[in-house]
Amino acid sequence: MKLFRYFPVAVDSIAANKMRASLTMLGIIIGVAAVLSILGVGRGASASILDEVASQGTTRLTISPSTESEGEGAGTPVQTLTMGDVKALSDAAFHPDVVEVVPQYGGNIPLVAGSNNKQTRVTGTTADYAEVHRLEMAEGRFLTEDEIAQMSNVIVIGATVATDLFERMQVVGESVRIDGEPFTVVGVLEESGNAGFGSNDDSGFIPIGAAHGRIFNVPRYRGEYIVTSVSANAVSEERVEAAELQIEQTLRLRHGLGADDDNDFTISTQASLLDTIGSVTNTLTLLLSSIAAISLVVGGIGIMNIMLVSVTERTKEIGLRKALGAHTSDVLLQFLIESLVLTLLGGLIGIAISYGIALLVQRIPNFPIDLLIGVDALILAVGVSAGCGLIFGLYPAMRATRLDPIEALRYE
Amino acid sequence: MAGSSVLLDMQNITKVYQMGKTKVPALDGVSLSIEEGEYVAIVGTSGSGKSTLMNIIGLLDSPTEGVFQIQGHRANDLTGRQLADLRNREIGFVFQQFNLLARTPAWRQVELPLFYANVARGTAREQALEALAQVGLAERADHRPEELSGGQQQRVAIARALVNRPSLLLADEPTGALDTRTGEEVMTLFEKLHREGLTLVIITHDQEVAERARRVITMRDGVIISDSDAAVAAVSGDQNGLNDAAPAPLPRPVAIEQNEEKMYEAV
Repeated sequence: MKLFRYFPVAVDSIAANKMRASLTMLGIIIGVAAVLSILGVGRGASASILDEVASQGTTRLTISPSTESEGEGAGTPVQTLTMGDVKALSDAAFHPDVVEVVPQYGGNIPLVAGSNNKQTRVTGTTADYAEVHRLEMAEGRFLTEDEIAQMSNVIVIGATVATDLFERMQVVGESVRIDGEPFTVVGVLEESGNAGFGSNDDSGFIPIGAAHGRIFNVPRYRGEYIVTSVSANAVSEERVEAAELQIEQTLRLRHGLGADDDNDFTISTQASLLDTIGSVTNTLTLLLSSIAAISLVVGGIGIMNIMLVSVTERTKEIGLRKALGAHTSDVLLQFLIESLVLTLLGGLIGIAISYGIALLVQRIPNFPIDLLIGVDALILAVGVSAGCGLIFGLYPAMRATRLDPIEALRYE
Repeated sequence: MAGSSVLLDMQNITKVYQMGKTKVPALDGVSLSIEEGEYVAIVGTSGSGKSTLMNIIGLLDSPTEGVFQIQGHRANDLTGRQLADLRNREIGFVFQQFNLLARTPAWRQVELPLFYANVARGTAREQALEALAQVGLAERADHRPEELSGGQQQRVAIARALVNRPSLLLADEPTGALDTRTGEEVMTLFEKLHREGLTLVIITHDQEVAERARRVITMRDGVIISDSDAAVAAVSGDQNGLNDAAPAPLPRPVAIEQNEEKMYEAV
């Protein structure tokens, strides 16, 4: 094909002006490397979050109260989810696909040990919490059924809480004070390794009865303490939807909702959580990529500038080529393909650099996310750089074709 | 020259340039015919119209009025594309400043017209090397312009002009940028090519260069003021002595003007 004849010409011309060529490519190189790295970070981050969510079990359901939609308290949770609901949901006869229903009532409150104190998220819950949320113990054990039943003053704390209060992890048997009441530490949670999603490093867990009765001033609804959320497990991943339906029916009935009323609670499953996280990371990646894409546009404008300079600088060459029999289309294609080769080369170098960054990131110990560069991103990068070359090379190339050969040959 | 066919023919060519609102005539009714195998020098001071004449002969410019034919093609009727093809096939250009591509080996320079003639790469290289051999630069095929002397660079340019086997070699001040010795080299090469049958048209203001041609056309103010060929024809064919101007050497004033021009150019 005749078109390919121009590539050696372009390569010759670029090779003859290496310095200028590399400066021109710089914009595209940086642009492509930036876009690819950011896409890679986005993908890596979303993969690591999804991993973490999946590691916490895919059968979990979380029931939380809806927020008030109108009136003075708009935005605050509806206070209708209670311990009564928890008891009802625990009845396996009506909820064959639901197991391990765990109430939670939590708030932020300072823990005090000696002269140290630390603001901590303290949650009142039951023994099954550890199972449903797959908690790993570093020291001691989680709360027991007996302690729940007797509303004992015992607490399980996160790794950060332990080290902040006692400067060590081996603190089973020590005492912390919450609101003046002494609580005995019975267990310390394994450090989750990152401060990110689903970390319990900054938490404390006490029997639900103790939280309701003594620590927090918890309101009641129809005579029952309210809860901030309820977790439950479905019997299997396939039965998650069935479990969701069973829970919904019971709660609607107990909350006295009519056929036309909306739920005053929401049930979120890990699957829906995964969806949400996926869409959030996608949006973030898109946002960052568009910012990086601006650098590509700037790079493209750089290409246009240099090609315009190049056309002016090579006026005489263009005149000569026309005198020697070059058609207008020959001149156009020569310059267009030259800028295409420049941007493609820049794009390839940019790809190489982003791979280099990915390899580097992998070598950093404990770095939470990997840089994942997919084939689709590569195709995109090559396509965009080629597009840049054609779009931003067109105007200079057209300028070249418009030169009058007589004037051009006389140009100094 | 006798018996050979007409290569190019001009009838009453005028060329007017529009400079803002004023019209500047560059050629004012030039008629000229050049046959195959001729060796012609066109001389004149700057502003005499010789460059415009060269551009029209080289198909880089078109006349305002009049008919120009080359190899039987009426240039007036051709499109830009056809003109480019005709330039590529029929005309070899040699410029004062050589106009070689920087940092490009000699054989690639010579190959250039073949690229636009769509000759396959292998064949093109062969023909380019042949043309370089023709100008005595076979050994220097891989040298870049920076590695060649001025005379050698001009010979590369001549090889480039010859590579498509054109019917006309059009040289614009070919020795203008060369010293006497290398200029002589180039002129000797032109004479060799002429003996081999190539038609040569040299535009110059150098009297010595012009005198070596078989036919000298002198221009002033957009018209031909003398044509040695016509003069010879007049002397041999017309016994009335109407035209008693000696064909050569050319009148002294031209040489003086030429010096003035050189001084002007130096400033």
